[in-house]
Amino acid sequence: MHHGTQVNDEIILSVEHLKKRIGKRWIVQDVSFEVRAGEIFGFLGPNGAGKTTTIRMLVDLIRPTEGQVSICGYDVQKQPELALGLVGSIVENPEVYTYLTGWENLEQFARMMPGIDAGRLQEVVDLVGLDQRIHDRVRTYSLGMRQRLGIAQALLGRPKLLILDEPTNGLDPKGIKEMRSFIRRLAKEGLAVFVSSHLLSEIQVLCDRVAIISRGRVLAVGAVNELIDTSKGYVVWELEPSSAGEEMLQELGISIIRNADEVLDDAIIAGFGSRAIVTQMQADAVADIVPRLVNSGLQVRSVQKIIPTLEQLFLEMTDGEGVE
Amino acid sequence: MVKALNSLLLLVKNETIKMIKKKRFYVVLLVLIVLVPMFAYAQMRESTTKREKFGADWRREVQQAITDNQNSLGSDRVPEEWKKYRKIYIEQMKYYLEHDVNPIQSGGVTFTREFLNNASTLFIPLLIMGVASDIVSSERTAGTIKMLLTRPVRRWKILLSKLITLIMFVSLIIVSTLLVCYLVSGLFFGYGGFQLPVFSGFQLNGSEVDMSNVHAVPQWKYICMQAGLIWFVGITVAMLAFMVSVLVRSTSASIVIMMAALIAGTILSNMASAWTSAKYLFMVNLGLTNYLSGTPAPIEGMTLGFSLAVLAVWAACSTIVSFLVFTKQDILN
Repeated sequence: MHHGTQVNDEIILSVEHLKKRIGKRWIVQDVSFEVRAGEIFGFLGPNGAGKTTTIRMLVDLIRPTEGQVSICGYDVQKQPELALGLVGSIVENPEVYTYLTGWENLEQFARMMPGIDAGRLQEVVDLVGLDQRIHDRVRTYSLGMRQRLGIAQALLGRPKLLILDEPTNGLDPKGIKEMRSFIRRLAKEGLAVFVSSHLLSEIQVLCDRVAIISRGRVLAVGAVNELIDTSKGYVVWELEPSSAGEEMLQELGISIIRNADEVLDDAIIAGFGSRAIVTQMQADAVADIVPRLVNSGLQVRSVQKIIPTLEQLFLEMTDGEGVE
Repeated sequence: MVKALNSLLLLVKNETIKMIKKKRFYVVLLVLIVLVPMFAYAQMRESTTKREKFGADWRREVQQAITDNQNSLGSDRVPEEWKKYRKIYIEQMKYYLEHDVNPIQSGGVTFTREFLNNASTLFIPLLIMGVASDIVSSERTAGTIKMLLTRPVRRWKILLSKLITLIMFVSLIIVSTLLVCYLVSGLFFGYGGFQLPVFSGFQLNGSEVDMSNVHAVPQWKYICMQAGLIWFVGITVAMLAFMVSVLVRSTSASIVIMMAALIAGTILSNMASAWTSAKYLFMVNLGLTNYLSGTPAPIEGMTLGFSLAVLAVWAACSTIVSFLVFTKQDILN
């Protein structure tokens, strides 16, 4: 699923100590990360964490209070013509002119950058599979079609960096799958793709690396798998008798989670019996513990390892500030 | 240089396409095509009733108008303000009588002249507002501003292309008004009257009417002068609406603000003669064509040169504000 092998070392997008103050409030406090060619980079955080503000600073819609954004070495603030020529983006919804046809919209954007001819327009239209309806007014398009037109628009100028803000928002399950495989294909061809989402599962299935942002700060940047490994996983025990088992586990120095419903997904908890003991520990240790429990006369009904999702990871990092 | 100009031309092309496809200009044309026949018909009814009253001789009609106005000058019930308008009107009518020129000769050209005279302070500015108020704010309302400003193009160039397009459409609206007016009223009154003389240059000097500058201008030339002045008014209103459109995110809010300003202008013109510093407001200076016809200015000390200067300053300031704000502003929504 993850294709880290495709990533080479060329840094396409570099964000250094980006800060934004609006009024007296620091919306973005200190955001730094790099995105390389060929990778899908996730930008994860709850709504209101400063994601959209950061994205807008990447494409010169908002002027940073401090810090620097550069794209292939060009400063977005100082050389917008050069820097923005290398970026294709959809900021929030793909808002295009609804009173124009899809084709007329693309023509509008083509006139704003050099070297885009009708051939290139047709190329991107074919790429997103919109050739049937491209000469209809955008007013008549479904959300999925508008999203495709948005992508076509973003790819028009043969960018090196694609910025997508919540790209699967509002799409149906089929549309979401198509969008994901499309993004993977683009990254395979060497494009750097920056994807924001407040849905952690989205980032988990799509991205190679991720930056986690909360309250305007980046909490962690790293490969999605590595971030999962640094987190202590959960192990759920069903022992008989349960109370003796719990005492025994405590004696062995294992931390028992009383408020399991706060850290684990409801769907997972529902799968356990009512007397299940939830512990937080490295899963490797299970092999040592089971014989000890058995030797002291306890019955081990089941032992279950639960891989933390990014949701849990996020809860750990933010001390339960909460995500959607 | 050539490359920069070329890229600007492409941006203007974009804006022109959007303007046309949004059908704003068609609405303006439609308004003209619906309203002008109504005005022409009303005018025609008025002249038929007068003709029934005074017969075919226009001199009797003019003489009657002079007598009526002279009688009202002696009346206490007529405010002093109004008397100066009537005084100058009387002198004008006398002048026409003396030179044996019919001031009320009906015809498509005369109608057009009269229409322009009345339309310069409110009607034409309203039409212009219709296209100017949403040229920037509509992009913000629809969210397309994000698409526009994430292109590899400097912001001032995008705004400049919008301004150029706006000036083109203001000119087009004024030309269309002229054409629709002439073509439609010609159906009612005939298409002649280009060479008819119009007397211009009446001036009110204290309580006396100064006739020393009065001269005859052929009607076609007079209309050209009117059109030029109205164009100047139109550009000023467009620049102001443009600034409001940059400052205010919603199109309807920007239309309301401009409309309130324009209507305030007509109200102030009627009652602000005592408040002399009101003459620096742009709204009371929109009646440039009144300087041609000799109608006294609403406030003491206003001349054609003064009004042109006031409008130019307002237009220049609003353009500067538009560019400063647009190039620096954060796009937050």
